[in-house]
Amino acid sequence: MILQDFIALAPILDLGAFCVITMLAIAFRRNHARIAVFAFMSCLLTLATLPWAATASPRAVTALLIVDRYALLYMGLVLSTAMVVIGLSYRYLNVQFREHEGIEEYYLLLLLATFGGLVLTVSAHFVSFFLGLELLGLSLCSLIGYVRTRRHPMEAAVKYLLLSISASAILLFGMALLYFESGSMTFRGVGMVMKQVQTVPGLWLGGVVLVFVGVALKLGLAPFHMWIPDVYQGAPAPITAYIATVSKGALVALLLRFVTDVGALQLPSLVHLFSLLAVVSMVTGNMLALFQQNVKRLLAYSSIAHGGYLLVALLAGGPAAAEAVTFYVIVYCAMTLGAFGVVTVYSREGGDAERFEDYRGLFWTRPWLAAMLTLSLLSLAGIPVTAGFIGKFYAIAAGVDAGLWWLVLALIGNSVISLYYYLRLIVTLFDEEPASATTPQGRAVQSTEAAGWTAVFSLGLVASMILLLGVYPGPLMELIRESVSNLLMVGMQRP
Amino acid sequence: MVLWFLILIPMLAAPLAWIGQQWSRHVARWIAIGALATDLCLALLLWSQDHSGQVSGHGSWLFESHTSWIPLWGISLHLGLDGLSLVLILLTAFLGLIAIVASWTEIQSRVGFFHCNVLLALGGVIGVFLAIDLFLFFFFWEVMLVPMYLLIAVWGHANRRYASFKFFLFTQAGSLVLFVSIITVAFLHQQATGRPSFDYADLMRLTLSKEMAWWLMLAFFIGFVVKLPAPPFHTWLPDTYTEAPTGASIILAGLLAKTGAYGLLRFTVPLFPEVMSEFAPIAMGLGAIGILYGAVLACSQTDLKRLVAYSSLSHMGFILLGAFAGTELALQGVVMQLVAHGLSTGALFMLAGALYERFQTTDMRQMGGLWGVIPRGASMALFFACASLGLPGLANFIGEFLVLFGSYSAQPMVTILASIGMVMAAVYSLGMMQHTSFGPQRETRLAPDLSNVVFGALLLMAALQVLLGLYPRPVLTTTRPVMETLVQPAVPSSHLTHPPSDQMPSANLFTSHVSSP
Repeated sequence: MILQDFIALAPILDLGAFCVITMLAIAFRRNHARIAVFAFMSCLLTLATLPWAATASPRAVTALLIVDRYALLYMGLVLSTAMVVIGLSYRYLNVQFREHEGIEEYYLLLLLATFGGLVLTVSAHFVSFFLGLELLGLSLCSLIGYVRTRRHPMEAAVKYLLLSISASAILLFGMALLYFESGSMTFRGVGMVMKQVQTVPGLWLGGVVLVFVGVALKLGLAPFHMWIPDVYQGAPAPITAYIATVSKGALVALLLRFVTDVGALQLPSLVHLFSLLAVVSMVTGNMLALFQQNVKRLLAYSSIAHGGYLLVALLAGGPAAAEAVTFYVIVYCAMTLGAFGVVTVYSREGGDAERFEDYRGLFWTRPWLAAMLTLSLLSLAGIPVTAGFIGKFYAIAAGVDAGLWWLVLALIGNSVISLYYYLRLIVTLFDEEPASATTPQGRAVQSTEAAGWTAVFSLGLVASMILLLGVYPGPLMELIRESVSNLLMVGMQRP
Repeated sequence: MVLWFLILIPMLAAPLAWIGQQWSRHVARWIAIGALATDLCLALLLWSQDHSGQVSGHGSWLFESHTSWIPLWGISLHLGLDGLSLVLILLTAFLGLIAIVASWTEIQSRVGFFHCNVLLALGGVIGVFLAIDLFLFFFFWEVMLVPMYLLIAVWGHANRRYASFKFFLFTQAGSLVLFVSIITVAFLHQQATGRPSFDYADLMRLTLSKEMAWWLMLAFFIGFVVKLPAPPFHTWLPDTYTEAPTGASIILAGLLAKTGAYGLLRFTVPLFPEVMSEFAPIAMGLGAIGILYGAVLACSQTDLKRLVAYSSLSHMGFILLGAFAGTELALQGVVMQLVAHGLSTGALFMLAGALYERFQTTDMRQMGGLWGVIPRGASMALFFACASLGLPGLANFIGEFLVLFGSYSAQPMVTILASIGMVMAAVYSLGMMQHTSFGPQRETRLAPDLSNVVFGALLLMAALQVLLGLYPRPVLTTTRPVMETLVQPAVPSSHLTHPPSDQMPSANLFTSHVSSP
């Protein structure tokens, strides 16, 4: 029995151990390359334990954690995304932090944040939920402000800290209300209230709404999105990629489990509220992105809109929704990594490449990089051959299946609007004037500078994922269907 | 498998053309020519295997290829070739070659990437004509969009950015509406049979409730008509056609518009027989409006390319009119019009491009007396202007005449209105000739006449126009089995005085009369 528990928990224990070892290794001797490789290997080895853990799943380890295929799938996503971020970070740190001492802790923080993400994916209890969230949030906060000498990252870090604190406060209050009404801290236990009483108590409803608001704050759904553009812009590019993917992916895993276990979608009032949030997110994100002149901010607003699409899929309810959400999150991670990855690779010393002018004519000077960005943007826009298309297909299919016609129409309308700003960036890449024309020498030298093989490898991986999932999504779909059925099934079996 | 070759040859040649640019611009061009010529030969080969006249209607395909793709959703890589697709693929390969010849001297920068995009777009178009799994169809439908967008955005004229955005946003909006309805149909299939399916044959068997069919039909209609285009979804057309480089204009007008028409014929009409009779008058009315509106606007244009663009809108109206008339005559006219319009508009855009290369403008007010300057160009322009206005003996005439003749029995008033468009066509086509070729010579500079290659290409198109105008039978017999399946069993109620049994024999009689000289 105990052994089975350990096997099920292997990924988390593994990564936790690696965090400690990394910390000791840094204390022992500082060496950027060595620590980076070590962090990468930690994620890889943790990833390797997933199949092993799957043999023991589904399994409830204490009341706090549930290890099932669904959680393992998301763990795989979180870990592989973290690996890509590490790959992207290496050269970026070398170039950007030249004068900065102590680069190595960056990887430790990254591992800790990933650890928090893993905990979130398996949480079935408020305590583990909160612990995972705080671990993730605090590590990210330090990562955002990691470049102490610059103003923007510091500002972004403070903003993120304030956001984190308020989100936690709201979340805790919501949890308290739910505990008060249900006497339980497990998601499932909270959901029991709905089955026991005829009319749902107002405080319970309020609690669910507050928890949801807390998560929405972290996910950056409108109208809780104010921090997103500033933090995305201020944070170092690989960390922005991390916030947009790992942190989001883990939270969505949690949200999906929470919503399923609590049965929130059975209440019309909550469905209406979520629908409203979905529409507001889509519209706000897209409208604010329309005239952005800053690539990072543009991607930030687009991520708000994508949160809205995700909610549409979530609202469909049932297995179709869980499948659609999971697929969409995976796809979203790939394409966001692609876009921010290009920003990372293209960034020079002294600041990220974030203005539109930086990208003018990039296709004619660095075709591969521009092709990568184009691919990611087309994927975000949902154009076929890319994974984004299948993701959008899934989201629309879930909506159509559930008969959410208005939401589907809103999704379509917003997709068209979003095309405008993606195209605007793409057309900039293909513009006549080559980038080197603005700064004759300095830029041209930079543009031929190698991207660093780790980054090239990471981007290549992401690109092939985007294309593979766009052309041959069948196997992943089947994997997701199997895993998600696990989520729903386990949910029912537990007391 | 041979069907996949048709798609993959241009698609795989595309990166080669891009790489080929390293050695010489001509390498890229010749790779593109080679790929399309191979495609053309392949399609001709497929055509020649079918002497029996038994080109299949739906349900059975001349050639078919079926591979599982996403079994979870009932999506498969299902291609099928019948007479209609065959004719359109021949047109695609031919016009593709013409587009490359037309860009031979015009495109001098980034030649490799240009031809890469042309080949990708054409590969997508061929895929659209072959796919009979709706998901796969939509896949190709979108695949052709991005390279097309780049063709306009990178090599277009002054206002290219605006035009390319407008083009992409409009067509994408239409596509997404189409996409949602495709998914809905698949789910309705799941509700009926327990498994989702995007396969054409499965969905043909699906019976829908009247209300659902109405909405779905509307969505399918909008999705395709945006591409066609017809009012009120046409506003992207003049800007896009005008700003695009010559080669892209030819592809846009000659082929992309045809994908919309193909969608209407292949999907919209046969999938929703339940509401066809109610919807047909509306669609035909829109077609007539398109004919007249396009013609009126074409009359008042001063820019040559804009004039051709609006005339194209007018010609597309005939296609819409005929597609929903539900008679075999009209449907055969539609096919003829598809081919004929591809040839005539392609040629006119080619000429407009040639003029632009020589005078850096397509503004007709600055032209005049070109007959004395470039006699070859002016004479070809006269020929294709006549084709465009529907001169008997040329292919456009057959198309438009058959459409009007076939539509009259369904909607006489609409058809009478539409036929005014043919008169207007004469006005704007001859007006165009008047402004450009005749009158005092305003352009004093001497310009070289058309090169032999361009002239040869135009002559070839002219020869095809004459051939199809006098002997349309090959096209008509190839597509007849498909068109027969599209004939509406029920004639709109207002015309019960002409029972269908009366019309059909006469229709066949006429076709055979026309087609055997």
